[in-house]
Amino acid sequence: MTAFFQNLGLPFEGAWLLSTIIGILVIALPLMLAVAMIIYADRKIWAAMALRRGPNVVGPFGLLQSFADGAKVFLQETIIPSAANRTLFLIAPIITFTVALMAWAVIPFQVGVVLANINVGLLYILAISSLGVYGVVLSGWASNSKYPFYSAIRASAQMISYEVSIGFILITVVLWAGSFNISAIVESQKGYYGFLNGNGFNPLLFPMAIMFLISAMAETARAPFDLTEAESELVAGYQTEYSSMAFALFWLGEYANVILMCALNAILFWGGYLPPIDWAPLYYVPGIIWLFAKIFFFFFVFSWVKATVPRYRYDQLMRLGWKIFLPTSLLFVFLVSGFLMFTRYGGAQ
Amino acid sequence: MSLGYYVKSFTLWEFVKAHALTLKYFFKPKATINYPYEKNPISPRFRGEHALRRYPNGEERCIACKLCEAICPAQAITIEAQPRDDGSRRTTRYDIDMTKCIYCGFCQEACPVDAIVEGPNFEFSTETREELIYDKAKLLENGDKWERAIAANLAADAPYR
Repeated sequence: MTAFFQNLGLPFEGAWLLSTIIGILVIALPLMLAVAMIIYADRKIWAAMALRRGPNVVGPFGLLQSFADGAKVFLQETIIPSAANRTLFLIAPIITFTVALMAWAVIPFQVGVVLANINVGLLYILAISSLGVYGVVLSGWASNSKYPFYSAIRASAQMISYEVSIGFILITVVLWAGSFNISAIVESQKGYYGFLNGNGFNPLLFPMAIMFLISAMAETARAPFDLTEAESELVAGYQTEYSSMAFALFWLGEYANVILMCALNAILFWGGYLPPIDWAPLYYVPGIIWLFAKIFFFFFVFSWVKATVPRYRYDQLMRLGWKIFLPTSLLFVFLVSGFLMFTRYGGAQ
Repeated sequence: MSLGYYVKSFTLWEFVKAHALTLKYFFKPKATINYPYEKNPISPRFRGEHALRRYPNGEERCIACKLCEAICPAQAITIEAQPRDDGSRRTTRYDIDMTKCIYCGFCQEACPVDAIVEGPNFEFSTETREELIYDKAKLLENGDKWERAIAANLAADAPYR
């Protein structure tokens, strides 16, 4: 696209800037739409599993429910508690929202279709998702209210704990792919047993795929790990004091994060934009459709889990993170690297 | 801790079973109805919004005996009575405070002439409290509006009384 604008007579820098901004809009705006629809899908799936109907009044089948909610929230008054730290209080939802969008820069949607094809894409995602905790912590702190504060403490402990095991899980994938570049990781998943695409079909990486799915739920504070907004104890957690657009930004950011984690599940373990079976006719379906189908499948799993399991207790959450996931993922780092050492890199020297 | 325990916990067997169950429920027909468009059938004895009935010739049934006012446990009914010009005893005021009413149905049980009844209507929410203080005109209007349903319900329930 940069070349196209250069042909129109722009200098390289201008053309690059313009094409990057267009690229950002092309990703961010549909993402907002996707978030709106995914919130609707979440409510519908959750309702169906509880034998309820879910939203079905606004628009055909209630499809416009999220937009109605958005309009309602937009028209509300922004209430800032008098005791709150005004600056941080307003910055926190912006951080959550921005960080949730930023990570999408390195997600490849198709062969070569990625906004920033940087060679340490996975590290970038890890760094950005670590920043996400700041939105929660700052909002909890700045609200100057006890429930958001408790929630912020829980959130910081929870997200940091699970980032450790997520880091090790990512290392196994990186070891196997031999690259931090996300497109290269996707390409490396081609042709397991000659006909399957996806690290998840690798018996050494399959347990990691499951653990990553569970850690992703903990990282995005989805049920059953939604202790940060446990409504029976903490009202609404760190969002308690928020209203209007600030609240909506949290909501959007949270769901953008959820979709991101679903996308990472699809990309790291189940072949991203590759069709699940390495069979030539399937490649005629555009890669973006495979990716979206996989993302939606994982989102369905997220909602399914939310509808099924009760919330973890705080000590159980910590126990799972530190005493089960951390040792297991560490063990698999050893297993994978050992396996690769003997098979791919010629054994012990 | 047997081997089976470890196999179960490492394969997340309990979770798989739970998710199979919820997936089964996902495809089941819905248990809830599409409320404003669909409504559940209600019993003829349903105690909903109050109404004052009339005789078929248009004469109001209430004879101002004040039994309903006396029995009302919430003291929601206020009645004032005077002889009418033709000498019959009638109410000049019949108010029900619907915010006090507990919908026990004692008023319709007490009524000797089936004048005050609780009809099948349960959708009479209002936006102000004042609208829920029903006067005689409102109750009579309800009676006219719901007479067919109320008469049918009373007839259906009559064999059991």
